[in-house]
Amino acid sequence: MSNTILKVTNVDKTFGGLRALSNVNLHVEQGVTHAVIGPNGAGKSTLLNVCVGRITPDNGSVVFKDEILTGKEPHRINQLGVARVFQTPEIFPELTLLQNVMIPALAKREGAFRFNPFRSLLSQHEIRDEACHTLEDVGLADHLAMLAGTLSRGDKRRLELAMCLVQHPGLLLLDEPTAGMSRHDTNRTIDLLQRIKERGMTKVIIEHDMHVVFSLADRITVLAQGTVICEGTPDEVRGDPRVQEAYLGGAHL
Amino acid sequence: MDAIFIQLLNGLDKGGAYALIALGLTLVFGTLGVVNFAHGALFMLGAFCAVAMHQLLNISEKVKDESITFFEAFKEQPYLEIWFGDTGTAILDYAVPISILLAIPVMLVIGLVMERGLIRHFYRRSHAEQILVTFGLAIVLQEVIKVLFGANPLPMSAPEIVSGSAPVGSWVGLGSGLVYPWWRLIYLLFSLVVIGGVFAFLRFTTYGMVVRAGMYDRETVGLLGINIERRFTIVFGLAAVVAGLAGVMYTPIVPPDYHLGMEFLVLSFVVVVVGGMGSLPGAVLAGFLLGVLQSFASMNEVTQLFPGIDQIIIYLVAVVVLLVRPRGLLGRKGLMET
Amino acid sequence: METSSPRRDLIMLAIFIAAVLTMPLWTAPIGANYPDLLQKFAIFGIFAIGYNLLFGLTGYLSFGHAVFLGVGSYAAVWSFKLFSMNVLPAVVMGVLFAGLFAAVIGYLSLRRSGIYFAILTLAFAQMCYNLAYSVLTPITNGETGLQLARADPRILDRMFFEADVGLPLTNLFGMEMQGYSGFYFCAVLLILAFFLSMRIFRSPFGLKLRAIKSNQVRMSYTGFHTRPYMMTVFIISGMYAGLAGSLLAVTDPLAGAERMQWTASGEVVLMTILGGAGTLIGPLLGAGIIKYFENIFSSFNDSLLHNAFSFLPDGVQDVVVGIVSLFVGEGWQLTLGIAFMLVVIFLPGGLMEGFRRIGALIARRRGRGPAEEVERP
Repeated sequence: MSNTILKVTNVDKTFGGLRALSNVNLHVEQGVTHAVIGPNGAGKSTLLNVCVGRITPDNGSVVFKDEILTGKEPHRINQLGVARVFQTPEIFPELTLLQNVMIPALAKREGAFRFNPFRSLLSQHEIRDEACHTLEDVGLADHLAMLAGTLSRGDKRRLELAMCLVQHPGLLLLDEPTAGMSRHDTNRTIDLLQRIKERGMTKVIIEHDMHVVFSLADRITVLAQGTVICEGTPDEVRGDPRVQEAYLGGAHL
Repeated sequence: MDAIFIQLLNGLDKGGAYALIALGLTLVFGTLGVVNFAHGALFMLGAFCAVAMHQLLNISEKVKDESITFFEAFKEQPYLEIWFGDTGTAILDYAVPISILLAIPVMLVIGLVMERGLIRHFYRRSHAEQILVTFGLAIVLQEVIKVLFGANPLPMSAPEIVSGSAPVGSWVGLGSGLVYPWWRLIYLLFSLVVIGGVFAFLRFTTYGMVVRAGMYDRETVGLLGINIERRFTIVFGLAAVVAGLAGVMYTPIVPPDYHLGMEFLVLSFVVVVVGGMGSLPGAVLAGFLLGVLQSFASMNEVTQLFPGIDQIIIYLVAVVVLLVRPRGLLGRKGLMET
Repeated sequence: METSSPRRDLIMLAIFIAAVLTMPLWTAPIGANYPDLLQKFAIFGIFAIGYNLLFGLTGYLSFGHAVFLGVGSYAAVWSFKLFSMNVLPAVVMGVLFAGLFAAVIGYLSLRRSGIYFAILTLAFAQMCYNLAYSVLTPITNGETGLQLARADPRILDRMFFEADVGLPLTNLFGMEMQGYSGFYFCAVLLILAFFLSMRIFRSPFGLKLRAIKSNQVRMSYTGFHTRPYMMTVFIISGMYAGLAGSLLAVTDPLAGAERMQWTASGEVVLMTILGGAGTLIGPLLGAGIIKYFENIFSSFNDSLLHNAFSFLPDGVQDVVVGIVSLFVGEGWQLTLGIAFMLVVIFLPGGLMEGFRRIGALIARRRGRGPAEEVERP
């Protein structure tokens, strides 16, 4: 039995009058791709933001491999091995693709802060090689010197994934990775995520696109109005009447 | 007690100017999202509208000076006096309030030209670039004024009838000896009227409602099919008029000189920040509060305890506010992320 | 990164060193080779390079750097008064104290970013200026400015030799720092300052700063604690300003509060932007050009103009002189303001961007194919 590497326990979060999360529990096991789905406003993004340190929950905790994440700053959480992909790809548009991937590699190697003005960037051969390899992996090896801002949305997403992968994270969090993508791009993204999965990476994906979810997920948690209404394998979830009601029926807002 | 009351009046008086300037600045930032470092210059331009009006009214020609008999002497006599006699003299006396009539259209035009010619091209550019280009504009404006009017301060006087002091002491039961300049009281009243006018405009006209909606959520307003950008031009013009009016009436209190804009610029941003960027009531409240605070800090008792506190108190307050409560007194939470 | 290589950098450095050391020679034809102006080139070049490290690389707009310049000057003059007329302790004091101020102001201001950061620095600048002008007069001598006096203690000097009869001159172990020797002292420091900034640009540290400018949020989610990076570069750029300030005092031992006004910070922003923020050489270019034209332009007066335009018929000449005189002499600031606006509006990358565009145009004309997206040097 694989061990649970991410434990979200009894998390509550209220914004003003709105209860975004109520008593949410989530257990993700090593190597598993765990999807979180639910109608709009269910609290999926809030949950993700709690995990990466952007939001501090009112109650409850998030534990990753015996390290408590709640209350830590985002960079600390990343240093512990959690990487995140944003809904709109967050990259460094003014830098080249190679530089975009070298930066996370530097973070992994050097830590949260290192003052090294006398080392030349050009001499960082190992970092460069790592970055090159990762870019090849995601299929962007042809355009190393291009500025990241000129990429298409799909390519930006791949770049962002490369930026996460080069850090060899223990946990990869994806916030609607195929949002706003064409069918073609979506399929390519699924392929890429499939390949990553085969390498044993643990992933938590928030998604709307059911095609993506059912292609990739090993387990699914369903959120509605801030609470977990169902959890299980894709088949279990597909057949659960509560899920159908949450998506189609009246219970939603 | 007497001294405190006087300082309170001083503070409110100054605060009126601060509030008016901050109001315009907030209007521009709240609706257009533009940081306008030339706003202080608008205040200065208003002041020079008064100067211009004064000079215009005073166009004169040499006439024989009858009062000097033992040699032929000439003096400058304004045309207004030549043509209209005593009425002319009276008009000259009221130069400053009459300048309001000049200032409103002039500042409106300046504001419109500024917005259409420059500011609108910077809506989508970064705050840093907005700051830089308006900073450049502020320099240009102040240099132009220097060319036109010279580098020295040009004292302006209030109309004769209000150049004295009012017995404020007896109004509030503090002793008949306590007096305060009439003009300053008028300025305070004037600023309150203008502030009231702006708020009334925003509240009770459809135009104003659209502006307020745009301040709250520009995107949605645009989606509703309202061309918010055309309104922006008017808003900018309004902000310019408000700043200009503040400047016009301020001239008897502080003689205008071309540096006035830069001096008031830092101040205006400090007030806006304390009030909460994007909050109109906040700007007004902060303006008066900081004016009063600064006045009290300049009292002897205070400066003996903390020498120089009056010079730095408002900046200290700004720093504390920015660090502790960045949304200011009345700003909306999350209006600006850290 | 792709277009620069260690060899190109070495060549650039060599050319730079040569250009700086021979400055009195090649500035002669353009009438700029008198020591005062050359010193200003070097000093403001240092100031601009340091400012560019902050603004050019990270995009943080600070209005407080004039404070560090002023602090550097005051500290240097106090060193001249208390310790020795030797410039070395003065410069060290200037840099140290500026660094201290930068640490404090940076610590507080960097708790916010963007426009809030800018306004914080603005508030601090105004505070310091007011304090220097009227409150801390024992230290700063207020409006008059801090000056040397015969009766100054100069304890280190006294340990080695007798006091002079008149007011002593600043010196570097005996070599007087006036005139050209003063310039060369500044020039050497300029070269060192440029070298350091070049290393920072080419280092991982520099890349991270640029990443912060590009997407600060992403940086923190990528595992970087951005605060120490910002603090480090802020303090370094503050120390550059302090160095410049102390050199101002070395070449002319007095320090005044007007150096600390926030509008003086505006001047260094102008230089950086005009030359090209974020480039290595841009700020230097900007500093040189502004100081040069400031000197040349502001010395124009009506008679010079009439001479220049004497080939025109009288009436036309008067009109032309009338118009041009608005922009020169006293009107220098006006020209500067207009030039600045034009740069920000049309060529935000400054002169360096202008050169790059011209270069790309020429390259395309020569049929080298579409210009590839490469990074600026």
